[in-house]
Amino acid sequence: MSADVRLETVWIRFGDFVAARDVSLHIQDGEFFTILGPSGCGKTTLLRAVSGFLTPSEGRVLIGGEDMAGIGPNRRPTALIFQNLALFPLMTIWENITFSLEVKGVGIKERRKRAAELLELIALKGHGDKMVSELSGGQKQRVAIARALCAQPQVLLLDEPLSALDLKLRQHMRTELRAIQQQVGITFIYITHDQGEALTMSDNVAVMREGIVEQVSDGTTIYDEPDTSFVASFVGENNRFVGKVARISAGIAEVNTEDGVLRARCSTNPQSAVSKGDDVFVFVRPESVRFLDGAPTDNQFKAKVYHEEFEGNLWQVFLDLASSQKRVKMSYVNDGSITPHSADTEVAIGFSERAAIALPRGPLAAE
Amino acid sequence: MNLVNYWREFFLKNGTAVALFMIIAVGMWLFMMIILPQLFMLDFSIRANVPPPKFGTEEHYYTLEHYKYMVFGSALATDTFNVIDLSVFFRTIGAAIFVTLIDLAICYPIAYYLAQVATGGWSRLMVLSLIVPFWINEILRAFAFKIIFGSTGVINNFLIASGLLDQPYDFIRNDIALWAGLSYAFILLMIFPIYNAIESLDKNQIEAARDLGSPWWRIHWRIVVPHAKPGISSGCTMVFMLTAGALAAPQILGGPSSLWFTQIIYQGFNQAGNWARGSAYAIILLVSCIVFVLVMMKIFKVRFGEMMK
Repeated sequence: MSADVRLETVWIRFGDFVAARDVSLHIQDGEFFTILGPSGCGKTTLLRAVSGFLTPSEGRVLIGGEDMAGIGPNRRPTALIFQNLALFPLMTIWENITFSLEVKGVGIKERRKRAAELLELIALKGHGDKMVSELSGGQKQRVAIARALCAQPQVLLLDEPLSALDLKLRQHMRTELRAIQQQVGITFIYITHDQGEALTMSDNVAVMREGIVEQVSDGTTIYDEPDTSFVASFVGENNRFVGKVARISAGIAEVNTEDGVLRARCSTNPQSAVSKGDDVFVFVRPESVRFLDGAPTDNQFKAKVYHEEFEGNLWQVFLDLASSQKRVKMSYVNDGSITPHSADTEVAIGFSERAAIALPRGPLAAE
Repeated sequence: MNLVNYWREFFLKNGTAVALFMIIAVGMWLFMMIILPQLFMLDFSIRANVPPPKFGTEEHYYTLEHYKYMVFGSALATDTFNVIDLSVFFRTIGAAIFVTLIDLAICYPIAYYLAQVATGGWSRLMVLSLIVPFWINEILRAFAFKIIFGSTGVINNFLIASGLLDQPYDFIRNDIALWAGLSYAFILLMIFPIYNAIESLDKNQIEAARDLGSPWWRIHWRIVVPHAKPGISSGCTMVFMLTAGALAAPQILGGPSSLWFTQIIYQGFNQAGNWARGSAYAIILLVSCIVFVLVMMKIFKVRFGEMMK
């Protein structure tokens, strides 16, 4: 059983502090939905409102079409996986997993059977009688998932559950979480500040800033078609130019900047539209910037190499533009076609108008 | 060899002055304040009762007669057992258990509230209001209780004025004043260990249990109480020991017919002039309390190491 989750004009205030500002979201039944944002943006608060640990100051939370007002966390069809997992250290693994059944008064035989099934699902068969402290980080993680699933929730809520794991394990658990979600087919709401997690796992991502939902979309749209300057600067890396729109034609804005006139496409979202005379940012991703080997492109610069970083599969190049001394980052694949540059080498770089996007000037993510 | 290394490291780590101070202070405390007096008590208790000038003479022989007296009474008595002393002893232990349970019932919710629910200024105010009454002298407090619970005290006056009683209830004769006084006297010793234990419980544990559908009582039964068990045990141990060994409160608040075992010990030393019997009784009380606590710890599977945390 699975259910959709609907937030309708939700406001959450703590005294003068507003943690959620007029948030409306519709999370589809059976979808892997991620709320992405920097720490303090209100994403955990929103999750707690869904799980029932706090009541919105205004607005409604509906799960499966049912208004959750006045229904406590122990009676909601949700299960929450905590950031620190919150496994019960004084219980064995199987008791942890089947705690929700114990609460319902299910007999010990039935509970042990269910525990065995879930332990098999999370590939921890035979570990049921161990204590929590005897497990590794990744195993604890999986036990927390099993414990939540055992309650047969219609919606599983995950509050940055991977943040305590090391990189390798985190990447592995991403795949595993996604697989489990597809296997059990229930709605997952996942909270993270890690865009990698958000983009790899989710059907849809909501990007939050200071209690406001800035954009809701699938991962590729969030990355390729950001609606706001915040989303463009928070998700992935972006080079940023400041300027004023001089002219718009056929969806391409000509923007006057310190580095001359830049050509960049306008957002397809009417709410992010820019018009002549507007103050805008032009964003272009490092992987869209290229060395020019004689072939012209829409936006071209002379630049001096400052520093090159080798990342194995990629080279990250930091350059200073000749026109404004602005630092620009580009990256290219280490396929052997480009020989590394030494510092102070003078090069020509550029990017196409389709690769750059002009967005209204607004708040930016903290660097 | 290991021990030598241990001490060398102890000196190196703390410096000679601090290390010496610690050894002398702890040693003095242990030996002068705890071991030596108890050894004297033990020695007294297993010797004949003679006046000090005859100490060390042949009349000051070793004997178990005082212990025997506690159980069987005087050889002249008609009863087979020393019914009076034994019944006082068991009543004292029973009452100490009762007071401990009352304190636990009162203090666990308060400690939980302080540790997990109350925040900032409010919790500090609560702690302060728990501590301030203990600035008042113990005897003064006992007399205050005597006045409050007296036949013309505030409580009786209130109960009569409100029509719940038509004549004063004798709280003192019925030991209620005593239980209240003792429960009140050791409340802090129960609250703080439990508070310490519950405070270290991760709030997420409680929320996780709640999220998994648990009603509040099961959260306490399965999560909070098991976590707080060491604190609960050390609180109960202290309250039990101190209640069983209390003297001032029973002296002042006890009813005319209900004696506390410590009062019998006191009589042995002061009125009967029988230090030997007083010592024997004191040793019996001490050993019984320790055994009782150890048995309880065994039953509730509490380890000493955990309690010291």
